[in-house]
Amino acid sequence: MKLNALLGTSAVALTLAATAAFAETELRMMWYNDGIEGEVMQSLLDRFEEANPDISVTLDVVPYKSIIEGLPIQLAAGEGPDLARVTDLGGLSQYYLDLTPYLSDVGYWQSNFGPFLDWLAPDSDAIPGFMTQLTVTGPYVNKTLFEQAGVDLPGEGATWDDYATAVNKVADALDIPIPMAWDRSGHRVSGPAISMGAKMFDADGNPALVDDGLKAMAQRLYDWHQDGTMSKELWGSVSGSSYLGANEDFANAQVVMYMSGSWQIPQFAEQIGDGFDWWAVPAPCGPAYCSGMPGGAALVGIGATEHPAEVGKLMDWLSQEEQLAEFYGKTLFIPGHLGLASGGVEFDTEDPRAKHALSTFAGAVPNISPVAFDLQGYKSNRVMFNALISRLNEAIVGELTLDQAYERMEDDVAKQLAEQSR
Amino acid sequence: MQDASAGEDHGLKARLTEAAAWPVRLVFKILEWPFAAVQRVVGVPRMPWLFLAPNLLFFGIFVVIPLFINFAYSLTGGTQLFLQDRPFTGTEQYGFLLDCERITDPVTCREDRFWKGIYNTATFIFFQVTFMVLFSLITALILNREIRARGFFRAVFFFPVLLSPVVVALIWKWILLRDGILNAFLVSIGFDKILFFVSPEWSMFWAVFVSIWANMGFYTLILLAGLQAIPPDLYEAAEMDGTKAERVFWRITLPLLWPNLLVVVVLALIKGVQVFDEVFVLTGGGPGTATQFIVQYIYTTGFVDQVQNFGLAAAASVVLGVVLFFLTMAQLAATRRRDDA
Repeated sequence: MKLNALLGTSAVALTLAATAAFAETELRMMWYNDGIEGEVMQSLLDRFEEANPDISVTLDVVPYKSIIEGLPIQLAAGEGPDLARVTDLGGLSQYYLDLTPYLSDVGYWQSNFGPFLDWLAPDSDAIPGFMTQLTVTGPYVNKTLFEQAGVDLPGEGATWDDYATAVNKVADALDIPIPMAWDRSGHRVSGPAISMGAKMFDADGNPALVDDGLKAMAQRLYDWHQDGTMSKELWGSVSGSSYLGANEDFANAQVVMYMSGSWQIPQFAEQIGDGFDWWAVPAPCGPAYCSGMPGGAALVGIGATEHPAEVGKLMDWLSQEEQLAEFYGKTLFIPGHLGLASGGVEFDTEDPRAKHALSTFAGAVPNISPVAFDLQGYKSNRVMFNALISRLNEAIVGELTLDQAYERMEDDVAKQLAEQSR
Repeated sequence: MQDASAGEDHGLKARLTEAAAWPVRLVFKILEWPFAAVQRVVGVPRMPWLFLAPNLLFFGIFVVIPLFINFAYSLTGGTQLFLQDRPFTGTEQYGFLLDCERITDPVTCREDRFWKGIYNTATFIFFQVTFMVLFSLITALILNREIRARGFFRAVFFFPVLLSPVVVALIWKWILLRDGILNAFLVSIGFDKILFFVSPEWSMFWAVFVSIWANMGFYTLILLAGLQAIPPDLYEAAEMDGTKAERVFWRITLPLLWPNLLVVVVLALIKGVQVFDEVFVLTGGGPGTATQFIVQYIYTTGFVDQVQNFGLAAAASVVLGVVLFFLTMAQLAATRRRDDA
């Protein structure tokens, strides 16, 4: 028995050593997880390695914060991984690898990823990568609480004010601590602000964050925090542009309505399951649109890699329909591949709530305002998002008046863009 | 018979000591030759520099050179990482930081968050240092007495010092959240929940409290060492004279403990100015900017914002460095005055 174990261990060790020796090129992929996508990607990478024994790929799973804060510094220093999953799509575009020379069929990439390539390469025709998920921001409601409280769920075309009234009725009836919660993120606020008429850019295409549309939404958010519709605990309890989500509060049925986005689906399907009916609803309307914000995460090659051909080979393999259909299907992500989006992906879930949420968010795409697409494609959009959320927050907690906050937002954006252009 | 056995033990001990010392002697023997050769060349007075050289080298590479690089960054602008790629802007970043209509009102300053960071840090230091010294002194005085389980209590007070600041902050965060242990306790005795991290005053209170809880053991230990160094015959003499306890404290304990107290105050001040990790994890700097301190401002400006403004962050670091320099000078001056007296 001992001899068998010894022989087995030796065989495994020899196989591993032989594999490592055979793999001439090692690629590192920096990755973060919202749900199970890391596991799905790892299984794809295992298959790629089997088919390409001369390339090994290490999946480095890091916290999302490292992608946002650590990766840009590494890239600026000429360091970093060979590939990375990023969400600051245009902001890091100068560091991406143009995969064009290494792709087997450039036309396939252009026809299937075309609109999103502009987000990744706003200043060129480069092909740096593909979207691992397309996201749309929008709200979820706890439908079970609505039913228990005997309050009708606002229907098609409902406004933010309609929802505010309804969720307060539910919270009052059932003593729920937080009627409405939003992710603490400028990106999340932008869709509703655009629905209220915010233009985000002036006639020349320069950023113009503060206008009547944005003020209309900001005023509502301010009022909701003062009257208890939204809890100051979420937005008020940190400073600056720090992100904070209310996903756990929502999953614990402490929130009636939660403004977040499609990326929460896999997590809610797993965490909440059939604990209650979590229901994605269409983006509430304003006078201009009923729009959420598009967005997502992309897998990109990094320009500083020493193995561009191998990175290209891997990206080309991963981008094929077979691989992506499996990836999107298992992760429950909205496809960032036009062919798969139009043909439909078979999502690996029997959960009716998850299926409904996926169809709601996919159906919201045609309603997204062109302003929202422009804002998502603007490479310095985080400057605007951060100014918006941090200054609005300071007004909400009483450190600034709303008018002072608007002035500071404009000043922050101008200052940072001026610094960037030096 | 007993003497003979003791003699054998002593001989054995001596042989063991000799055996243990042998490798040390060998090392010194090997080192003697090169050091003697160097000493002949440089002379005895310069030998201390030779021994200090490794430390000075590390200090130079990891402290002094980065200090100058940081200063150089503070004179540049743009978002490029490497100094040679960054445009020279002179003292523009300092001008920007210090551009205020009324210095007492951060909202009137161009870089309002920097000034809020300064005022928040000053408030934090005032309360944290005052209460830290006070509680450390009281704890040290109690632990210096003949109380039951004294060793246990010394360990209990020192234990939080061993924890990572992030762990400390997370523990307290779990206690203080809306559904945390403290709120559960308040509800169980008939009170309403308190949203501690929504109120600026509560957030600052807990930032100070947690910082004191986490660090007090270290300062208590310094003061305890000072208390134990006070000659007991002074207390005996005072007792024989029938001196009251308060008078003993003010006339004997406090004056003789003064050097240790000074060290504690200065160390707490310097640590207070540098406060970041504990509070960042505990309150995130909020609500609003109520607990955003100067180091968090530097970190955010340099590394979190999409436009990473290294120049401005470096200028703020220089300002912080100047403050720390003056604090250290004040400590040195106070120590010297005391020694002269």
